[in-house]
Amino acid sequence: MTKKTIASRILQIIIVLFGIGFFTFGLTYLAPGDPVKAMYAANGSIPSEEVVEAVRKKMGLNDPFPVQYFNWLFNCLHGDFGTSYSLNKPVVTVLLQRLWPTLKLTLFSLILMLFVSVPFGVLSAVKHNKAADYLIRLFSFVGISVPSFWLGVMLIYIVALKLKLLPVISTGTGFKNVILPAVTLAFPMAAKYTRQVRAAVLEELHQDYVVGARTRGLKESTVIWWHVLPNALLPLVTLFGLSFGSLLGGTAVVEVIFSYPGLGNLAVSAVTARDYPLIQGYVLWVALIYMVINLFVDAAYEILDPRTKVR
Amino acid sequence: MEKGFIFYKNHKQFTAFFILAIVVIAAAVFAPLIATHNPYEAVITNVEQPPDGTHWFGTDKLGRDLFSRVIYGTRTSLASAMLLVTITLFVGSALGIFAGYFGGITDSVIMRISDMMISFPGLVLAIAVAGILGPSLMNAVIAIVAVSWTKYARLARSLVLRIKNKDYIAAAVLTGSKTGYILKKYIIKMTMPIMIVTAASDIGTMILEIAALSFLGFGAQPPVPEWGMMLNEGRAYLQTAPWMMFFPGLAVFIVVAVFNLLGDSLRDILDPGMLEKGAAAGGNYAGNTKYYDKL
Repeated sequence: MTKKTIASRILQIIIVLFGIGFFTFGLTYLAPGDPVKAMYAANGSIPSEEVVEAVRKKMGLNDPFPVQYFNWLFNCLHGDFGTSYSLNKPVVTVLLQRLWPTLKLTLFSLILMLFVSVPFGVLSAVKHNKAADYLIRLFSFVGISVPSFWLGVMLIYIVALKLKLLPVISTGTGFKNVILPAVTLAFPMAAKYTRQVRAAVLEELHQDYVVGARTRGLKESTVIWWHVLPNALLPLVTLFGLSFGSLLGGTAVVEVIFSYPGLGNLAVSAVTARDYPLIQGYVLWVALIYMVINLFVDAAYEILDPRTKVR
Repeated sequence: MEKGFIFYKNHKQFTAFFILAIVVIAAAVFAPLIATHNPYEAVITNVEQPPDGTHWFGTDKLGRDLFSRVIYGTRTSLASAMLLVTITLFVGSALGIFAGYFGGITDSVIMRISDMMISFPGLVLAIAVAGILGPSLMNAVIAIVAVSWTKYARLARSLVLRIKNKDYIAAAVLTGSKTGYILKKYIIKMTMPIMIVTAASDIGTMILEIAALSFLGFGAQPPVPEWGMMLNEGRAYLQTAPWMMFFPGLAVFIVVAVFNLLGDSLRDILDPGMLEKGAAAGGNYAGNTKYYDKL
């Protein structure tokens, strides 16, 4: 990437962030329900009308929409995303606290996914239309159709309740707590990637350089692992970036099942408590992380595959 | 009639999945005939009964018959998924066709909004939208439409761009056809088949997404029988009544599998190479499952 393309990508990220900020702010502005009452309700008390009115004035909720929006934007640009209603802590602090557990879960499940999908995909392509291929395709098909929330609960039932191997609720972030959620997340992803790896390897196997390598008398395993695989995996790098980004933001369902203290779980409880500053902060943060990761992945892709360099 | 038989004979795989899909739809339509009990009727003396002769799938925490609820759940899931797919198809195609055909500012505005939506994990936005609008099945549908129309808009736009500069369109413009007529007669006619196939192959994913939002509590509300919500209700009783989770989940899995298989074989018929090519490029096919890995 030239400096110019990087600059334009960063500019694009900033524009999108502004757009998303406006969108979420607008939505919360239009949302039914009074945030002040929601705030008090979160703390378990019912305020009188006078108190509500006073707090509304203090928080600037009676101002016209543009004033509210620009005040909010001004604060955001200074790193202040407001205070969470339900947790009574600055939104930034809460988000940073939850980021690490989710990052850990994401990385762990991605590694698991790679360890399954790459060998399976290659095997499936090499044994094209043989028994192994059909078995692996069946596995990937099951993986794509099984709801992750059901898979997660069944894993809890079998591994934690019946076999008593692991704790039922992952309140901590240790290895024992991460493993079941990670398997739940990795399973559908592995199924999807197995399909992709298989298709990519199948396509590469028809290339001239494979025939060339075989005629030179190279071992079939050398051809597959050293010549075909790197080429086949290249197009998947972009996809990998997308998965990484979306896992960071969207492990909500699995985190809820396992009561895992990550970002997704936080978002769900924020929505349930109508904790608007937290929802806005979460959406903006996740969008930022997602786009930055994709920028890095695209940059990495050019280093890995110089052919794509824009001249 | 003859022609139909030959088609089905030549596409055995598709036919088999098509019949399975019909069975699923029939289960939804004839739910009152299949269900053994009233899905809303709570019998307090029957709370948390394990599966047996009268209650094939057992009963839930309120003593309602789980088998009947699962069968009625087919209605909820299929109806909402069909609604969702239809709205997404309509909104996405319309915006994509406008963007592609008129170009200029229309195109820029629509595509920039679509860029904004795509550079963003879908489920996050769906949770935010569903949460802010308040939990209901309809709002869950709106939330998912809000994040999935972009895929259709992009596809429709690229299809329109491909045919926009063809000679017959130029001829139609030259002979004084009105824009509306050209859109209706040529553009929509040419793009719709591919759009509809894409939509059909998305039904499985849509069912999963609705179930996921309902599971989180942002979709269907009790006492409506909906699989995702039933799974959520059963979660607390995992130790004492595992059947409350097992059967609704199995239902989701089977129905999603049937519709995914149908979608795959439909695409295979129309373009045998498309699926694998798209997968290798991480393009079209990846787009189809893009939202899935967030669940």
